Amino acid sequence: MPMTLAEKILAAHTDRPEVQAGELLEVRVDFCFGNDITAPIAIKAFRESGARRVFDPQRVALIPDHFTPNKDIASAMQVKMLRDFAREFGIPHYFEVGRMGVEHALLPELGLVLPGDVIIGADSHTCTYGALGAFATGVGSTDLAAAMIRGTTWFKVPSSMKFVYHGRLKRWVGGKDLILYTIGQIGVDGARYMAMEFTGPVIEKLPMSHRMTMANMAIEAGAKVGLIAPDEITRQYVQGRAQRPYTFFASDAHARYEVVHEWDVSAMDPMVALPHLPENVKPVTELPAIPIDQVVIGSCTNGRLEDLREAAAVLKGRKVHSSVRCLVIPATQKIYRDALNEGLLQIFLDAEAAVSTPTCGPCLGGHMGILAAGERAVATTNRNFVGRMGHPDSEVYLSSPAVAAASAVLGRIAHPDEVR
Amino acid sequence: MTRSTASYGSGDGATRMTGRVWIFGDDVDTDAIIPARYLNTSDPQELARHCMEDADPEFPTKVRTGDILLAGKNFGCGSSREHAPIAIKAAGVACVIAVNFARIFYRNAFNMGLPILECAEAVRDAHEGDTFSVCLETGDITNVTQGKSYRAAPVPPFMIELLRSGGLMAYVKKRQGLESRS
Repeated sequence: MPMTLAEKILAAHTDRPEVQAGELLEVRVDFCFGNDITAPIAIKAFRESGARRVFDPQRVALIPDHFTPNKDIASAMQVKMLRDFAREFGIPHYFEVGRMGVEHALLPELGLVLPGDVIIGADSHTCTYGALGAFATGVGSTDLAAAMIRGTTWFKVPSSMKFVYHGRLKRWVGGKDLILYTIGQIGVDGARYMAMEFTGPVIEKLPMSHRMTMANMAIEAGAKVGLIAPDEITRQYVQGRAQRPYTFFASDAHARYEVVHEWDVSAMDPMVALPHLPENVKPVTELPAIPIDQVVIGSCTNGRLEDLREAAAVLKGRKVHSSVRCLVIPATQKIYRDALNEGLLQIFLDAEAAVSTPTCGPCLGGHMGILAAGERAVATTNRNFVGRMGHPDSEVYLSSPAVAAASAVLGRIAHPDEVR
Repeated sequence: MTRSTASYGSGDGATRMTGRVWIFGDDVDTDAIIPARYLNTSDPQELARHCMEDADPEFPTKVRTGDILLAGKNFGCGSSREHAPIAIKAAGVACVIAVNFARIFYRNAFNMGLPILECAEAVRDAHEGDTFSVCLETGDITNVTQGKSYRAAPVPPFMIELLRSGGLMAYVKKRQGLESRS
């Protein structure tokens, strides 16, 4: 039987030659992790189970990134649980402030998550590593606890949806626009329980950072994973980082897809998701003048170096609008340092944007940029649910870094070409 | 299809329940179920105080033990926070019936021992405040107020196994032979 990329990776983590969509499997886990919100519950469950060790300390990570640097005493207590657990069980991949990063930017950067892996993370955006050709998916804390003990987890093998993107992307159009468009087409439950596989000539040329943005938001269509078959771009990204051997898998020629969507995206304009669902997508060119109060450029979706370069290209020599606060949050310490060395941070500071240490903070309304009632933000993040970035009466518009930067300059949601 | 007898979570055990229903719409996200601003704790009672707050600010004070929550499609979409089923369960909700559930929430609910069923018809016909009677063993749902009966989609056998063990951690303990340790 021909298999999809998702089926092949899962089969390779069982003792069976092939598996099919719909089967329930227990699979080996190559890597698992949690953050300062989810890991405390996992740690409690782990301790209550009576387990005396984690299955492999090298394959577990604890990353305090959501409420860090600790925003209050309760958050500090949660982070301390991670730190104490990492020490007690000899887990080397615990990342203290100053060395940490937003988990989904940090783990690929360090070569800890790799092509062909099965990865579970107690965070829904774990699907980011599908960009590397890994079967990576978000789970709850209890699933993480079980995986830390046994090194296995169970899955229902998902059926697959194939997306084929044809054409040539216009300037200022990238991975964020492609995934917003896709979610706009299929809806926030359009890929519920399924594997999304992103393919076609546009994907073949798409840089890794843009691929990660796409895979990152597969969960926003309800998907279990968002996959891109590894290729030369993947090899170049992984080489020199990988801390373990890895495997490239690809779907068989006659693999079965539940649905195939083919789109020519040559005419696509930058996309914006309007409140309060990521499926509420419109081209920026079709929006009226929508005044804004805040811009956030960062997160696991768009906080990588390439994203900061894109924002800096728009902000260079310009000022953030007087009625807007613009927050730029490099996703890892390395990205922060690289942005400093490239002069990007200088551009942001000259534009009168604030540059923050890595944190998930504002994306989830945690800290470091909370919205008041009636305030409106353009963010390069992934969710625009009611109250996501603060007060339930605030609004979040999702966009690419270029659109976010242009909006910061003009004080309203804007196409980058409008910035003169 | 008949369901096996299931013991839920840490000893709740009830497989038959009767309660009044609260109705929510489609795509209820985890930020609506429990906003991230309260996730600096995992204390169930603390989380329960803010359950569904951004969807209905009154809900935490209105909900009573044994009530049943009804919702449209894709309930629990968004984050992987297990705090969501924890908050619902700790608020006293006995069962959630939705048209369908987001993937991670579905998994977390079983792992936490929060009974959930998928039944579009029961949700479609219901009015807020109706009394529902639910039998988890059979999937039978009755709208007592309206005198209508429904059958929910069956729970996969593997999930029944998890529930029989008393949730995922109990299942893992059993498989690892860890019960004998202190």
